[in-house]
Amino acid sequence: MKPINVNKTNTSNFKFSKSLTGIQGLDEITNGGLPKNRSTLLLGNTGCGKTIMAMEFLVNGIVLFDEPAVFMAFEEKKDDLMLNVKSLDYDLDAHIANNKLYIEQVRITPDEIVETGMYDLEGLFVRLEQAIYKVMAKRVVLDSLDKLFYGLDDKILRSEFLRLLTWLKEKGVTAIITSEIGDPFLSRSGIVEYVADCVIVLDNRTTNQIGTRRLRIIKYRGSIHGNNEYPFTIDERGISVYPIISEAVQQESSLKRVSSGIKDLDKMLDNKGFYEGSSILISGTAGTGKTSLAASFAHSVCKTKKTCLFCAFEEAPNQVMRNMQSIGFHLEPLVKSGLLTFYYSRPTLQNLELHFLAIKKIIHEIKPTVVILDPITNLMTEGPNSDIRSMLTRFVDFLKTQHITVMFTAAITVGSIERNPSDEGISSMVDTWMMVQDIEVDAERTRSLCVMKSRGMVHSNEVRRFNISGEGINLSPIAITQKGTSAASKRREKEHANLSTSKESIGVKESSR
Amino acid sequence: MSKKTSDNIENTHALNAAKGKYILRLFVTGILPNSVRAIKNINIICEQYLKGKYELEIIDIYQQPSLALSEEIVAVPVLIKKFPLPEERMIGDMSNTEKVLKGLGIV
Repeated sequence: MKPINVNKTNTSNFKFSKSLTGIQGLDEITNGGLPKNRSTLLLGNTGCGKTIMAMEFLVNGIVLFDEPAVFMAFEEKKDDLMLNVKSLDYDLDAHIANNKLYIEQVRITPDEIVETGMYDLEGLFVRLEQAIYKVMAKRVVLDSLDKLFYGLDDKILRSEFLRLLTWLKEKGVTAIITSEIGDPFLSRSGIVEYVADCVIVLDNRTTNQIGTRRLRIIKYRGSIHGNNEYPFTIDERGISVYPIISEAVQQESSLKRVSSGIKDLDKMLDNKGFYEGSSILISGTAGTGKTSLAASFAHSVCKTKKTCLFCAFEEAPNQVMRNMQSIGFHLEPLVKSGLLTFYYSRPTLQNLELHFLAIKKIIHEIKPTVVILDPITNLMTEGPNSDIRSMLTRFVDFLKTQHITVMFTAAITVGSIERNPSDEGISSMVDTWMMVQDIEVDAERTRSLCVMKSRGMVHSNEVRRFNISGEGINLSPIAITQKGTSAASKRREKEHANLSTSKESIGVKESSR
Repeated sequence: MSKKTSDNIENTHALNAAKGKYILRLFVTGILPNSVRAIKNINIICEQYLKGKYELEIIDIYQQPSLALSEEIVAVPVLIKKFPLPEERMIGDMSNTEKVLKGLGIV
């Protein structure tokens, strides 16, 4: 391995000095930022956010840490660059006017250049030095390397790149150098593996038409770092990287309880209802009353003068209100009074990330105590399950930090329960999980409800009949008439034996067909 | 124009076509080996092929760093042919005479 040139600033102790990026989440997974006075390679394909991330690193440096910055643009024209990042709320003009930021466009026209022998990139160094001196920069971005190196001789470039890294170190600037990931020069000469101190890869993957941006640190010399791929988003506030742990660790667990809105259900839950700030999943097959349960919860929350956000992904708000009216929940006055807010969007309209961003924005505005997502499975059709799960986990974490109780419903098919009783893996992230399903009792389709799990409380294991009427919802024991054929009693026996595990009770239903 | 002239080895042709003096600028960095070689090589080439018909200015960007920006210089040494048009850039130590001549539009 190539020895590290020990920098003046960090000879005193073994601890690696780092330069905070100020980018939400990135400082956590890098354990304190990018290596100070060194260069970080930021790799990624076109359009995955390299330039924006690099620019945010600089702007944060100026705004948060008073470190002036230089941006050397090889790719974009200065004006285009300014325009592109303007959408992100960065006031570059002001920073430039205050002499805190200097942007230099370096025009590279390899096609017009004839090589006549040995050369080096000393011209770039001269310009860079001037630029750094101009604002006394502490942070530098070179965007992008492949553009700079395009068409130039490999051997020269390799040595020049090494020289550039050493030179930047000597100048005492923390640098980000961006490059296309598939650049043949980089991969051929193994620069990624051997030369740079820190390498971060950005990626914009599209699966099932849904793009997700991801970030991964593939190398960070002398420092521990998160190894995973972390999703990140770009919105008008800039880049947010989402390490799963970052939000969850800060959460406090509340001992307070909140009623589910159904007396009988509260009884099953320790006689008190849900924990405040917990996550609740209601899963069940179609037509089992998931939305009704959710609406009942929303209704009861609003009745206690607390706010609730109802995110409907299946039915339009008007339809939800009309339907709930029929079972005795008058939601319309609650909407008018501002206690209940509906967010309605077709899942396919935008990707999950943007849904969550939109919902987050509303949450910041109205500060609800309860958020309902109905149903979460509609969002799930919009991407691979693992993505959804991690995104959902982060979203739940976010809600928990805000002490918001979240309830989501999940529509599942009978088949999927059999295949995967843990409900597509999302049940592990919730605190309380209730399953509603149809079972047959005496040749009659009956709605049933059971609490599969509820963390931190003694809950009932009983499967109860779940009645929806004009007056709302109530639960009653499953009554079975005494007379019956031998087949019916057999079924009954089996049902009794398997009351706690819904999976098998579905099995009964299947076998009784 | 002159760049496209055939395989005519006779350079007088190109010279006539160019009309007027060649205006050349060579940007170097101090006395780094590439720069020293470039200065030597371009002087030889000019004397041999453009005698009396050129004006060569050698600029050290260490001394005049602002010119590196205004002239868009990245790789050095670099020879810029300002005239005749079109402007041409040749990077390197000018050791490949053939390429220099091609760049100058002489071959």
